[in-house]
Amino acid sequence: MASFRAWLIWAGLGLAIALPVAIAATSPLLAWRDPVYIASGFAGMLALGLLLVQPLLAGGYLPGLPVGPGRLVHRWAGLVLVAMVVSHVLGLWLTSAPDVIDALLFDSPTPFSVWGVVAMWATFAAALLATLRGRLHIPPRVWRVGHTGLAVVIVVGSVVHALLVEGSMGVVSKAVFCLLVLVATAKLVADLRAWTLLARRRSAAASQSGQP
Amino acid sequence: MTGYLSTRRDVLALGSAAAGAALVAGTSGLVTPAFAQGLAPTPTMRGGANNYLPGAPIVSRIGGGGFWMTGTVRRAGDGAPLPGIRIQVWAHTTEGREDDRHSHGATLTGPDGVFRLEMPQIVPIFGQPHGHLAYGGQGFRTVFLRPVMPSARDTSLSAHFVLQPA
Repeated sequence: MASFRAWLIWAGLGLAIALPVAIAATSPLLAWRDPVYIASGFAGMLALGLLLVQPLLAGGYLPGLPVGPGRLVHRWAGLVLVAMVVSHVLGLWLTSAPDVIDALLFDSPTPFSVWGVVAMWATFAAALLATLRGRLHIPPRVWRVGHTGLAVVIVVGSVVHALLVEGSMGVVSKAVFCLLVLVATAKLVADLRAWTLLARRRSAAASQSGQP
Repeated sequence: MTGYLSTRRDVLALGSAAAGAALVAGTSGLVTPAFAQGLAPTPTMRGGANNYLPGAPIVSRIGGGGFWMTGTVRRAGDGAPLPGIRIQVWAHTTEGREDDRHSHGATLTGPDGVFRLEMPQIVPIFGQPHGHLAYGGQGFRTVFLRPVMPSARDTSLSAHFVLQPA
């Protein structure tokens, strides 16, 4: 019974990610695009897909992957996410460099590019923080608040970016998927109660001084 | 002695007068006498110049056609239609990328300042279905436009130039 439930959850996750990508693969727009631009679009979609997987892994919500192993996979998935974001931007650069330069300089006429670029930098910052965490002996509290805060920026930025883009993705499947990403992220942030760490610092310091 | 006492009412009156003056000065844009009371020049749009091809040839049609880019060209100030003005048009279409040479073409305005150029269907690229237009000749200041189509299914797009003498 438990294994059937596990199977159902994994199948549901797979379907949730694969369906919007499959719908995008049938878009008539692809006929008028170069392979590089098509690949760039799908790299963006896979990056968006990973944004659903990441909070589920970090929270240990997936069957067979409790918090410990889940976070190990989360780290590798984060690396893939960075690679997807880089591929997405690189593919767009090869398609039309001036448009990407405008976007990176926040001088683009398209409002969605700002959200995408902010999410991109937040992705790099979150990954960098994860890489330097051990080396720089970043305190757990700073790490938790920093990484979670950046994750929220990544998710909100990417969702708005994706919804505003008129591209190969289906409007409905894209919106439903973005909703799933938002719900999963909200659930994790609520469970982690990351913001309480900001307040707890003060009360912890106060109670520590009172301890014998 | 009746010294001047500044009241709050005075401050408000003075402040609103200053704000009003600032508003008038700020919104009038170019305070050039010739244009002060007339038609303001069209500003270049952000991203408008991307993939511009200087000197693109005048063509009767770009590619196979099926889509119409239309618009008008007028002079700033008096709004007089400008005939014989060269306008370059380019976009990502069903027949090519925005930076492809064959995606570019130019046309001239008629006696009424109207231009019309047939081109292949514009398709969404970089998140928006949009076209590019440029005026880059002598006599007037260069203007680049980047109009966005209200719907990707539209089969025409228009953009209007008001040029400022150079």
